[in-house]
Amino acid sequence: MPINYYIILAVALFSIGVAGVLTRRNAIIIFMCIELMLNAVNLLLVAFSKMHYGNAVAVSPSAVAGTEAQLFVFFIMVVAAAEVSVGLAIIVMMYRNIHSVDVNFLNRLKH
Amino acid sequence: MSITEILFWFLSAMALGGALMMVTSKNPVYSVLWLVVVFFAISGHYILLNAQFLAVVNIIVYAGAIMVLFLFVIMLMNMNADNEPQKNKWLKIAGAVAGGSLMLVFVAALRQTETLQAQQVNMGGEAGLIKTLGKTLFTDYVLPFEISSVLFLSAMIGAVVIGKKGD
Repeated sequence: MPINYYIILAVALFSIGVAGVLTRRNAIIIFMCIELMLNAVNLLLVAFSKMHYGNAVAVSPSAVAGTEAQLFVFFIMVVAAAEVSVGLAIIVMMYRNIHSVDVNFLNRLKH
Repeated sequence: MSITEILFWFLSAMALGGALMMVTSKNPVYSVLWLVVVFFAISGHYILLNAQFLAVVNIIVYAGAIMVLFLFVIMLMNMNADNEPQKNKWLKIAGAVAGGSLMLVFVAALRQTETLQAQQVNMGGEAGLIKTLGKTLFTDYVLPFEISSVLFLSAMIGAVVIGKKGD
């Protein structure tokens, strides 16, 4: 499978996420679009690691060749899970204060 | 057309369609469910790339834990399609055009890279198996692994402190 296909798929997913962040006003859906962008980047990282896998094995035929990018993706998922828990707590707090999750109501620092 | 290509195109269509439906659906609960579809498609891509550990982790962490968290928050807030904020149609069009332009720029940049375009993705290999990744994770990457557990602890405490009632 050519690497082109994976790049274009990841770019399309990332652009859909960007368009979602720009068009939607619901804070939760904006947050979900950010998750979508993270996943597009993860998919591209794994595809690139598989692209370089053959070269890595040729240079040093060890068991750990080609595992770095996948561990990178694993750590991105770990950080994303921590980020989601804090972010959703912030959104719940915002709903409790302004009784809405519309980001248009957040145009001033103090109310 | 081999079975791998058929699976690739099917999973890609599933991911893109799910992403579009996620962005465009009015009800936030439907958005969450479409995002779960996207995550399953991406997990299918990981299996296709022989990254089995990441496929399992993606399903457990994203589709299982994070999306359930989103669903809980949406249901706690009792949102429905009626109080979805109405806004300017032109802003929506401008956002879609901006996203499309970003994709155009990326694809245009990709078209100039002849050496990259000639590369193939190696679908096989043992790098993605749980045994290999676990061995690397607990030998070379054991310090980041332990630090990430501290990160989780601080995120948990932070979520509790932020979400606490009072003041």
